[in-house]
Amino acid sequence: MQYIPNTEADCRAMLDVIGVRSSEELFADIPSKLRLKRGLNLAPPLSEAGLWKHMRALASKNADVDQYSSFLGAGAYNHFLPAAVSHLVFRAEFYTAYTPYQPEISQGTLQAIYEYQTLTCQLTGMEVGNASMYDGSSALAEALLMAHRINGRQEVVMPLAVHPEYRMVCQTYVGKLGLRLHDVPYTDRGTTDLKEVKAALSDRTCCVVVQSPNFFGALEMLDEIAEAAHGAGALLVVVVAEPVSFGIVKSPGECGADIVVGEGQSFGNHLNFGGPYLGFFATKEAYIRSMPGRLVGQTEDKAGRTGYVLTLSTREQHIRREKATSNICTNVGLCALAATVHLALLGRSGLRELALLNLRKTAYAKAAISKLRGYEVRFSGPTFNEFVVRSKKRTPAQVNRALLAKKIIGGLELGRFYPDLSDCLLICVTEQNSREEIDALCKAMGGGR
Amino acid sequence: MKDETIGIQGLAFHEPLLFEQGSQGRRGCSLPENDVPEVKPERLLPKKLLRHDIPGFPELSEVEVVRHFTRLSQWNYGVDLGFYPLGSCTMKYSPKINEEVWKLPGFSRAHPYQPESLAQGALELMFELEQYLAEVSGMDRVTLQPAAGAHGELLGMMLIRAYLESKGSPRKRVLVPDSAHGTNPASAAICGYQCVQIKSGPRGYVEPQAVAEAMDEDVAAIMLTNPNTLGLFEEQIAEIAKIVHGKGGQVYCDGANLNAIIGISRPGDTGIDVLHFNLHKTFSVPHGGGGPGAGPVGLKAHLAPFMPVPVVEKKGKRFVLNYNLPSSVGKVRAFYGHFAALVRAYAYIRSLGPSGLRRVAEVSVINANYLMSQLKSHYHLPYDKFCKHECVFSDARQIPYDVHTLDIAKRLMDYGFHPPTIYFPLIVRGALMIEPTETESRETLDQFIAAMKRIAEEAERDPELVRSAPHKTKVSRLDEVKAARQPNLRWRGKAPGQGGSSAG
Repeated sequence: MQYIPNTEADCRAMLDVIGVRSSEELFADIPSKLRLKRGLNLAPPLSEAGLWKHMRALASKNADVDQYSSFLGAGAYNHFLPAAVSHLVFRAEFYTAYTPYQPEISQGTLQAIYEYQTLTCQLTGMEVGNASMYDGSSALAEALLMAHRINGRQEVVMPLAVHPEYRMVCQTYVGKLGLRLHDVPYTDRGTTDLKEVKAALSDRTCCVVVQSPNFFGALEMLDEIAEAAHGAGALLVVVVAEPVSFGIVKSPGECGADIVVGEGQSFGNHLNFGGPYLGFFATKEAYIRSMPGRLVGQTEDKAGRTGYVLTLSTREQHIRREKATSNICTNVGLCALAATVHLALLGRSGLRELALLNLRKTAYAKAAISKLRGYEVRFSGPTFNEFVVRSKKRTPAQVNRALLAKKIIGGLELGRFYPDLSDCLLICVTEQNSREEIDALCKAMGGGR
Repeated sequence: MKDETIGIQGLAFHEPLLFEQGSQGRRGCSLPENDVPEVKPERLLPKKLLRHDIPGFPELSEVEVVRHFTRLSQWNYGVDLGFYPLGSCTMKYSPKINEEVWKLPGFSRAHPYQPESLAQGALELMFELEQYLAEVSGMDRVTLQPAAGAHGELLGMMLIRAYLESKGSPRKRVLVPDSAHGTNPASAAICGYQCVQIKSGPRGYVEPQAVAEAMDEDVAAIMLTNPNTLGLFEEQIAEIAKIVHGKGGQVYCDGANLNAIIGISRPGDTGIDVLHFNLHKTFSVPHGGGGPGAGPVGLKAHLAPFMPVPVVEKKGKRFVLNYNLPSSVGKVRAFYGHFAALVRAYAYIRSLGPSGLRRVAEVSVINANYLMSQLKSHYHLPYDKFCKHECVFSDARQIPYDVHTLDIAKRLMDYGFHPPTIYFPLIVRGALMIEPTETESRETLDQFIAAMKRIAEEAERDPELVRSAPHKTKVSRLDEVKAARQPNLRWRGKAPGQGGSSAG
């Protein structure tokens, strides 16, 4: 199947107008030795029906979270998406447009981004939010680069309770500029060790990073860490991988954060085997000009009518080139739109209720698992919708194999990231997991009550 | 009633912000029932961590939300509405079947950490897509991890840096032609390199002589775009690569313009060491109002040890994720990349096959040359030779009437077209960069040509008409100076019925 309207005859007529005999002449500038002298070695074309069949067969080799009951989270969350989200986001006027460079014919995208920026501020408790970054991990890396631009310092305090893949992305990004990440351990509460944070702080500290809820699902005492960071003249960067928590947990802005970033996938976006997701990014007004990414601002047209434009673009690569605050160009506009629609549908009471549902179901699961013989809840601190379980007899891999036999995808085996937690699983419970499923999980984990 | 609350013409609605409508207690979706004990949150979380409300948050019913975003959508222009010749962005038609297949539950409802045995279809797709992209580009390996073109550039420069470090020194500088996308120097800078600008020659090409003069043992790489941003194939690319390699440097290619040469010439056969693809350009992934796209990176074998983890491998009949690459640069995003975009690109390649992909290049180049041949009677064409996927005009012939590129772009909207890319590349003053792509019919191109010619005539006859355009859009030209001087980046009003202002 091809998607080319012009027929051979159309092309022939156009070539006549151009004044060449064949399209070959249009490629004559490519030196012969640089030409491909054979056809591409790819599978032959499929009809639309053939493609459907092929893609269905491929997709059916994957499990999906509707076939199984899944207790996986760890930065990618299985939440219910109302039907209206997809219907609105996949209106062709939204998804077949590009970055709103021409505001007069992009007011839909622009107003939606302005609304998204406002929602980001409301959720995070910050003053200004951008139009989106790629995902939570790259947003965090960009936050470190921004903190470095603000105070020029070189050291980053990076707790081990931050998502291991986020830490790895940060290391990959900032190492080239000479920034050093300083690991900080966690306590038996599953939260970052404040004493160790304080010990790591110095006048070289650029920023302190905290994830809350952290990778173990535990809530950090942001205000205490903020005080310590600010005391050393460092910035506090808060990263949130599960933004549903914003519905019930005090905002990072209220706790003293200077930059708040995170993963917005939970709102409006499918699991998609890891992407595309949505990086959100917010900060204080004082730091706007150091901020990466696109920003939409409200203004007026010549007739005084309200309208929206991309603004403050003198920070950006297409103007500043190598002196830009980031190299980002295409971001994840449609994912941000999906989050905006989902949040609008949830609204003030729905978001709170959703957060409460996650909190209660997780508390129920946590209590039930803590009563199972052979298992214990590993950390004592308060959690949102994830928690760590230690398996005392069987390895986590054995536990998960047994669960799979019952059509349950168990928790993440933490040994892959934390050798000292190689007997532990990270369990996530959302509104998608019914009490029945949680009870089935406990039953299949075995050990009796 | 204030004038703003009435539609501008018939069914084109004004629509207030989400926060300015609805009323207290409304909600647009239902949630699963709570089937566990109704424990008070104070018993589950410390009091000082609890949040009780988010003042100013929207309170709307489903129908209100649906109307809101449907109305907003109607103020947008997209490829499905009409011609979108935004140069260097390859705004081609995105096949509808692709929007169905990525939503299959096995793709869209798969968790990135689910066991490999339950993700064989996803891994197979990624494995195969890597092979396809490698074949199309002539590169040895491809990583699918980067989220966008600029993200791919960044990773590409990291690979080069890691490789050079393994040879003893990362080196200091990167050569970037003056015709490059702004992302190129920005990506090199994040990677810790200083940028040295290479001036394009009088014919619009990067000259080997200029590269040779700038090249020394402190230069890590050159970042080229081929075909370049003037729509010209860099004829001396092999010569340039030889010069750079001769001093131990690496050659990076921005693959934004791959659409013009797919199936005809492969960057990997022209001396390129690293290349990024824009799957949202060449491979039909929709642009999404500003993403998500995807920016896989192709590389030659000597860079493979430094690839980000994980890489997808085939062991017997099983596909596995291999994280064990001791020299890897690490990761540029969590998980594996924009998988849903990868599904679309894969489906596109399977739809077209080898002959269909080559036809893409041929027709995109025919379309661009057809436009160029028809417009040069009315617009200044700084580099008058056959182009590849796009052609670049300027406003030089309209300036005497005080009509500029921006005016021409805005006037095009009144004729129902999205404007071309304007004021880029920087080496053409007042550039109008037009990329028609292969998915436009001759009739559409003729309509666009007619509109462009009329605008050129209007510029002479009635320049004010052009200068004050657009006239038929929802809003007229917006005050960008005000937007930048007094930034208003979020709503701060009072929500209807809530009585409080939004939380700061």
